[in-house]
Amino acid sequence: MWRLFKTIVLRDLLLALRRRTEILMTLFFFIVVISLFPLGIGTDRQVLVQIAPGVVWVAALLASMLVLERLFAADYLDGTLEQMLLTSQPLSIVVMAKVCAHWLLTGLPLVLISPLVALQYRLEDEQIVSMIWSLFLGTPALSMIGAIGAALTLGLRGGGMLLSLLVLPLYIPVLVYGAGAIAAGAVTNAPQQAYYMLLSAFTFLSMALAPWATSAVLRFSLE
Amino acid sequence: MIDDAVLQAKGLTCVRGDRRLFSGLSVCIESGGLLYLHGANGAGKTTLLRTLCGLFRPDEGQVSWNGKPVRASSEEFFSRLLYIGHQPAIKPELTPLENLRISCALDGLYPEAGLLWDILERAGLRGFEDLSAGNLSQGQKRRVNLARLFVNDALLWVLDEPFNALDADAVEILQTVIANHIAGRGIVILATHQEIPLPVDAVQCLRLGE
Repeated sequence: MWRLFKTIVLRDLLLALRRRTEILMTLFFFIVVISLFPLGIGTDRQVLVQIAPGVVWVAALLASMLVLERLFAADYLDGTLEQMLLTSQPLSIVVMAKVCAHWLLTGLPLVLISPLVALQYRLEDEQIVSMIWSLFLGTPALSMIGAIGAALTLGLRGGGMLLSLLVLPLYIPVLVYGAGAIAAGAVTNAPQQAYYMLLSAFTFLSMALAPWATSAVLRFSLE
Repeated sequence: MIDDAVLQAKGLTCVRGDRRLFSGLSVCIESGGLLYLHGANGAGKTTLLRTLCGLFRPDEGQVSWNGKPVRASSEEFFSRLLYIGHQPAIKPELTPLENLRISCALDGLYPEAGLLWDILERAGLRGFEDLSAGNLSQGQKRRVNLARLFVNDALLWVLDEPFNALDADAVEILQTVIANHIAGRGIVILATHQEIPLPVDAVQCLRLGE
């Protein structure tokens, strides 16, 4: 079971490595969106510090939406997904592996690049640390929830639009707690731990439920 | 070495859109049997195959494997099933070797690299093993797919148009593999619109759309 998981994760990473545009697209989108705000608003430090948490998290949400549609699409078109449904191992393992690979390719790069883009907002060190933590704890939930949406809109024409409408409202809790955690980083003795715990709780909940829900939806979508 | 098994379908009815593809279709195949599925384009061959695999829920009727409905006992059934569909299920970015290794992993098999090279050679892909599959021809991609037939331990093979895009050589290899599988008490269900003779005793023919 673990072996199949590993094989699928490695496969998806290898595929992405040979077709590099997708990872880079998410990353550049994230960087560009975040950079546009200081350019448009000006360099007033107080304003920038105030909007930074929201901007970073909204950019992360949109960036993770960008390639979500393709999570299952390629496998669906060439028939690999059909083979995955017919494996004697639980389908949720395959789904979990695909979502993990997706996070490693689209979530983790955002976490790693965030300190660099945060420089434009002149954030304090503590706030940068809390930004990294909140993105690290929250972005897996985005991939997990997104997978359900990607499975639901599989094979639909104009599925991308529908996907955003389905998934973005579900991202709201992550956005609220994620941005809250960064904002709390600016205040000394603020209850940051609570935000981290809520984010982790949300991520674990989505890890427990999303693979199972996604598998059920995939079986339905492929009929 | 393989236990006897039976795949049975009773009263299958499938409707796609407002077209009735087939209704009240019953079929029963036992170990050592071959089911030959004929029919014009759009007659419902692929739908029937997917229904038999449990991928598609029929509007009426039931498919059972050794007396148990396939959709209920899916893990047990899937471990005995090998389905090669219409689409190649080959990633153009990966080499035939990597493609084969992944399909094997999905079947729950992790053969050594040496064995995989061997199998690809038997499938007539010598010299193409580590070339990106995007550069292969249709027929060669098909061969990568069919290489799976050499390496699995499934009892029931469901093959959708396996002879498509294959040259005479490959057709001959495939005929032998299928005949061997049936001789070893396996079951093969085959959809095709070509007349390919297979040296098997227990052949059932089913013509759809008439």
